[in-house]
Amino acid sequence: MQPIESFETPRPPKVNYINAQYGLKSWLLTKDHKRIALLYLGSITFFFFIGGIYAMMIRLELLTPQGDLLQSTTYNKVFTQHGIIMIFFFLIPSIPATLGNFLIPMMIGAKDLAFPRINLLSWYVYLLGGIVTIYALLAGGVDTGWTFYTPFSTTFSNSYVVAAGLGIFINGFSSILTGLNFIVTIHTMRAPGMTWFRMPLFIWAHYATSLIMILGTPVIAITILLLAFERVARVGIFDPALGGDPILFQHLFWFYSHPAVYIMILPSMGVISELIANFSRKNIFGYSFVAFSSLAIAVFGFLVWGHHLFVTSQSVYAGMIFSFLSFAVAIPSAIKVFNWTATLYKSSISYDTPMLYALGFIGLFTVGGMTGLFLASLAVDVHLSDTYFVVAHFHYIMVGGALMGYLGGLHYWWPKITGRMYPEGWGRFSALVIFVGFNLTFLPQFVAGYLGMPRRYHAYPPEFQVFNVLSTAGASILGFGMLIPAIYFVWSMRYGKHAEANPWHLPGLEWRTQSPPPTENFEVTPIVTWDAYEFAPREETEVIGKFGPELEHI
Amino acid sequence: MQGWIPLVPDSASTFSWKVDALYFYLSGVTLFFALLISVVLIFFVIRYRRRTPYEIPRPIAGSHKLETLWTIIPFIIAMTMFGWGARIYFEQYKPPQNAMEIYVVAKQWMWKLQHATGQREINELHVPVGRKIKLIMTTEDVIHDFFIPAFRTKADVVPGKYTTLWFEATKPGTYHLFCAEYCGMNHSGMTGSVVVMEPRDFDNWLSGNTGSTTPAAAGQQLFQTLGCASCHGANGEGGRGPTLAGLFGRQTPLEGGQSIRADEAYIRESIINPQAKIVAGFGPIMPTFQGQVTEDQLVQLVAFIKSLPGGTTTGTPNASASPAPTPAPSPSASGSPTRNIK
Repeated sequence: MQPIESFETPRPPKVNYINAQYGLKSWLLTKDHKRIALLYLGSITFFFFIGGIYAMMIRLELLTPQGDLLQSTTYNKVFTQHGIIMIFFFLIPSIPATLGNFLIPMMIGAKDLAFPRINLLSWYVYLLGGIVTIYALLAGGVDTGWTFYTPFSTTFSNSYVVAAGLGIFINGFSSILTGLNFIVTIHTMRAPGMTWFRMPLFIWAHYATSLIMILGTPVIAITILLLAFERVARVGIFDPALGGDPILFQHLFWFYSHPAVYIMILPSMGVISELIANFSRKNIFGYSFVAFSSLAIAVFGFLVWGHHLFVTSQSVYAGMIFSFLSFAVAIPSAIKVFNWTATLYKSSISYDTPMLYALGFIGLFTVGGMTGLFLASLAVDVHLSDTYFVVAHFHYIMVGGALMGYLGGLHYWWPKITGRMYPEGWGRFSALVIFVGFNLTFLPQFVAGYLGMPRRYHAYPPEFQVFNVLSTAGASILGFGMLIPAIYFVWSMRYGKHAEANPWHLPGLEWRTQSPPPTENFEVTPIVTWDAYEFAPREETEVIGKFGPELEHI
Repeated sequence: MQGWIPLVPDSASTFSWKVDALYFYLSGVTLFFALLISVVLIFFVIRYRRRTPYEIPRPIAGSHKLETLWTIIPFIIAMTMFGWGARIYFEQYKPPQNAMEIYVVAKQWMWKLQHATGQREINELHVPVGRKIKLIMTTEDVIHDFFIPAFRTKADVVPGKYTTLWFEATKPGTYHLFCAEYCGMNHSGMTGSVVVMEPRDFDNWLSGNTGSTTPAAAGQQLFQTLGCASCHGANGEGGRGPTLAGLFGRQTPLEGGQSIRADEAYIRESIINPQAKIVAGFGPIMPTFQGQVTEDQLVQLVAFIKSLPGGTTTGTPNASASPAPTPAPSPSASGSPTRNIK
């Protein structure tokens, strides 16, 4: 382990992956994982802003109890499309396809992913799925809810269900290809000395995510095919009028879509592990517990889909089993939160923007996770299901969790990705604005939900208005907060301060090469002799209190 | 809408306080852990802030004891929530035997309800305080969900089957009825109210709405006009088809050696899809009535078959004593059962 201070401050490198080649063709046909990550970054940002515009339309409509701004048919399309765009085209690819794509090879000391061509293919597949979905939106939109429940979606909806489904179907293959690529890369491309338990936790989280991607995504593909088959060919699968079972659809849908929640949150947890360790200059407390909890979440996550069906007349005994397993899947998440918190003990905490996002994540994810227990708890779920409580809960996980992790990670690795620093002051300011705006948007929805306000309502009884006004006010602040990084990130690409190779003074492999990195990442393949987050020699390890003295070595 | 405790809806059923108690427990635990994490986090962030740019703290070894502690304690707390929630859930979804039955047929975008005594209501349900009410629900089109926040209960209404929801109201008043499962264009308009009345007021209300045929009597009419009687006998005594009198609630042996308890769902299925379960000793000769009877009519047929007295006697159903020979024109009985297939 070299002391971190000994790192020289290199001049801006002459040749890096960005200026190695010029021209549109060099980007569109690139096999460099870093360039593909940037292609993804551009496309998911585009979709994020479309989804964000839909979100603002929803909030503006709900400002008043009457359905006055949008017609109900329009409103139904808007919330459906908000969900489809945000989930399938932003959240699912967000961290894996951008930060994961960029960093997995760098963190394990590889030159690229195992299958660079497949990596490029996955972006084109994603793009094709996105274009088909945008066609569905422009042609007339889709109004089934992102959940596509049957028989509404197969028989009664007069919107572009098949086109939207086809977009999601195609997009799924991009997920599968990315997951496959990550798994093979992590197994086969690690640098000499990079053992499994020296890997950064970001890699463990992506390994677990990739398992869900390749095991779960085929199920949603099959489900969408069956749905399209029934809608187009009138073959009875889900519609009871044709001899089908509408609840079967919900089982198939959630068999993928619940694990998909973990596709969205696990990479974010990986980012948070990096941020907490690196911005407190401390090894992660209970490294192996945090690593294995990711795998536990991936495995148990496949066994809890039935908690979306507690009120569908599912057998009460099935409900009981799914409730039990849903409580069980909460434990690995709790372990992560406790370990992140414990990591900060006697550490050296900086207040840089990425760390602010990480601290915000822990608070918001704790609320999001704990409110999940309300919904895992059978009797309370009977009251809460399909109310705004559910909406608030999953936004705490998806926005408070997944999005905060993504933004934190983007700030953290921005100097490595672009070779430029973002403006720190604006970064901290916008992190604060986003945190405040987010809580103001979604905290009132917990209350509205318990008071009984159903979700997906275009108009609502006037007694719920106060909560909706608060929510809309919060969403405006949140939207404003999101615009600030969008502006300064773009600004910094041209005007930002040049970044050093290792601006945060960290031991991770990705910081041991220039910023931005050369096309082949490292000039010489590194040989790893240190653990992840090894800031100080191992001999100095302290054993706290009466606990210990087990060292985290397996 | 709000009850006496702030941020909690009105409590008007026997489930309300049970669900609220668990909700308060969950809220308490959530608040405790959220505060614990926040306070510790803020304390660490201030206490261990970086003081010099190059300081390197000493690494700390993990601790299996601590890991065990913060795995076991949350697990135990989670199990208390699980057990508590499951206990109330079993109550919520196991309707009692002696409940007053009300039929609910949902359609885009309205609730049609019918009392056993024949009164029909739309988007409004009158019930008495202190009596167990069981709703037997189905839908003509998509999935809906019958949700009464003040009663802390809801249940999906699923096409092709009967689902049930039961409650016992405790406080007179008018409460929100919401459709809680997204059902298309006018989903947010598929609302109504549940009017809880003192038993005496309810009886008055019930007697003030006479003149309507009971579902069972209407079912008897249908039983004749659809020709069911030619095989099952005018009073369900049987013939070419199996006996229907006394069928309801009984274990029925099926071809192939299995048996099934004859409930509403079984009777419905036997009308719509007679080949699905053949009663032992009979052939698969009954034609399907799918597309010929509406959900309202199915409910009436089921009510008629349920009303047939058991045993070998061929007495008339008690409901047929009603002096209304003409079937009540139900809102949808005249409507065709075709769907707006795209």
